[in-house]
Amino acid sequence: MTIESLDLDAKLGLYRSQVELRQFEKRAYDLFLENYVKGTSHLSLGQEAIAAGFAAAMREDDYTFATYRGHAHTLARGVPMTGVLAELMGRTNGLMAGKGGSMHLTSVEHGVMGSYAIIGAHLPIACGAAWSAQYRGSGQVAVCFFGDGTTNIGAFHEALNFAAIWKLPVVFVCENNLWMEYTRTSEITAVEHPAADRASAYGLESIIVDGNDVDAVFEVAKKAIDRARAGEGPSMIEAKTYRQAGHSRADPGKYRPDEEVAAWLAKDPIPMYHARLLAEGATEAQLSEIDRAVAAMVDLATEEAKAGETPGADLLMKDVWADGGSAWRN
Amino acid sequence: MAQLTFREAIARGIAQEMRRDESVLMIGEDIGAAGGVFKGTVGLFEEFGGLRVRDTPISEQAILGAAMGAAMTGLRPIAEIMFSDFFAVCWDLVVNEIAKSRYMTNGQMTFPLVIRSGNGGGLRFGAQHSQSVENWAMQVPGLKVVVPSNALDVIGLMAAAVRDPDPVIFLEAKALYATKMEVPDGEIVDTLGTAKVVRQGSSATIVTIGAMVPRSLAAAEELAAQGIDCTVIDVRSLIPLDTQTILREVSATGRLFTVEENPRVLGWGAEISSIVAEELFYDLDGPIVRITTPHIPLPAADALEDMAIPSVSRIVEEISRSMNG
Repeated sequence: MTIESLDLDAKLGLYRSQVELRQFEKRAYDLFLENYVKGTSHLSLGQEAIAAGFAAAMREDDYTFATYRGHAHTLARGVPMTGVLAELMGRTNGLMAGKGGSMHLTSVEHGVMGSYAIIGAHLPIACGAAWSAQYRGSGQVAVCFFGDGTTNIGAFHEALNFAAIWKLPVVFVCENNLWMEYTRTSEITAVEHPAADRASAYGLESIIVDGNDVDAVFEVAKKAIDRARAGEGPSMIEAKTYRQAGHSRADPGKYRPDEEVAAWLAKDPIPMYHARLLAEGATEAQLSEIDRAVAAMVDLATEEAKAGETPGADLLMKDVWADGGSAWRN
Repeated sequence: MAQLTFREAIARGIAQEMRRDESVLMIGEDIGAAGGVFKGTVGLFEEFGGLRVRDTPISEQAILGAAMGAAMTGLRPIAEIMFSDFFAVCWDLVVNEIAKSRYMTNGQMTFPLVIRSGNGGGLRFGAQHSQSVENWAMQVPGLKVVVPSNALDVIGLMAAAVRDPDPVIFLEAKALYATKMEVPDGEIVDTLGTAKVVRQGSSATIVTIGAMVPRSLAAAEELAAQGIDCTVIDVRSLIPLDTQTILREVSATGRLFTVEENPRVLGWGAEISSIVAEELFYDLDGPIVRITTPHIPLPAADALEDMAIPSVSRIVEEISRSMNG
């Protein structure tokens, strides 16, 4: 399948998915300011096209491995907004009843096999899920998202080599948003393209995609996932993008030059796609109906999340072990 | 019955489980055709093939990540970390990922995996290939920790570890690999979380694990000649911990001695001492004494290493002094 074969309905779906992720992240930010969401959080504002494009290219039983910047990847797989928002708010109707929080969103039934907050750790874990799929002959593919900063940690290199030698059905996706936390990635990385320039070291093709163009992301994702499913081994894709907000809740992102922010805001994936769909025959009414429906969806999720209960002591000692308990002695 | 070495028992235990369950796989460095650097996996590659007994690069994070990802998607991997010292380069996977993910996901995931590792000193390998790290693992909520002391227990506890739905750190005392014992034929399956009373006495209770079990038993024989009759408990499983057996046997003798290979500070015996002090204080007839390696990195020279790790004579001496003091 190529992007030409996506009909307008499918493209409206990609638009809707991006709008959902955008509206959700904005609401999550507002709920921080209102102190409903505690702790920290890392938003994907500006990076929605990558999550939306990949999720659309995945089979229902494929595996997603995300980072602490994982709200978008979780939602894009069809996880209900209420569960995600309630998890951020520490309520029992959260995805993990409040025991994981923003950085560890997981929904096994949707193939979201965890969001990992130690840089690089989940690349080897994604290899393990891919190894399992390979051994079981299930045809499943693991898609593993990470940031540019991850390319400088050891686990990245161990995982790439491991995936290559075992020809694992895994797709590594580097979301290069130019900033490793508060430091410009180019200042602390030996090569220009932190993922793509390393690919050849593991016998992989160097692939770079415009991460703000959901059609382009979908196309490259489909190709890599199909390739993995066909037993042809791993791929690594570097998606160029930009986070429109700071690294985390605590970071206003002041270190970024104004002109850089302005240039990337002009390349915001959603208005860009909005304009493309109009050119391809969608109507303003269709698109604004999507915007409106999503806004209502986010409002409803907010109300449902707020109505969730605060977890009690029964949850505290639960599920350390598979028997549901936490006993370590008799 | 067959005479089996500790190292042969490892392969036998794994083979028993791999024959029974196709979801059991084994990965690690040099574990395939080479049979493992400690020869703990000899014959597995030949019997089960390269897809189930798979060599990896020197990539401990990749090994444990692979095991975790496989376990969360329905397989039962056994991963080998050649020397337990190497846990230091992949401890994130153990502590932050494998141990926490079931709890963090509110029970959405289970991790039926085993991580085997050669542990402890006595082989003159020096400080980076000789550590006893059972207390590292014991301190992490979400890990089970098994430390067998003989070939029979290796088979039964390996089977129990593979069948257990939770992650198990399986520490094999390198000093015991060559030890032999008679082992019955047929399937052997043990139970995690059960300590064994391996010598029954009346004067004092020695609580120990792994390579310190045979030394404690030898010390108990010498002490018996001095009129000090010791119970010896092989704890076998630090988590879950069979506290009841320990409390019962300490209560019967009124004295507790722990014999630990790990460096002194916060060794597993400290936790057991604390439990006994809290729950059995009024049954004690004398101080709790911990006999451990000093709080030092292990030296390489045989003369120095032998001074560091509790020896039969040191165990005898310390127990005798305390009992007669």
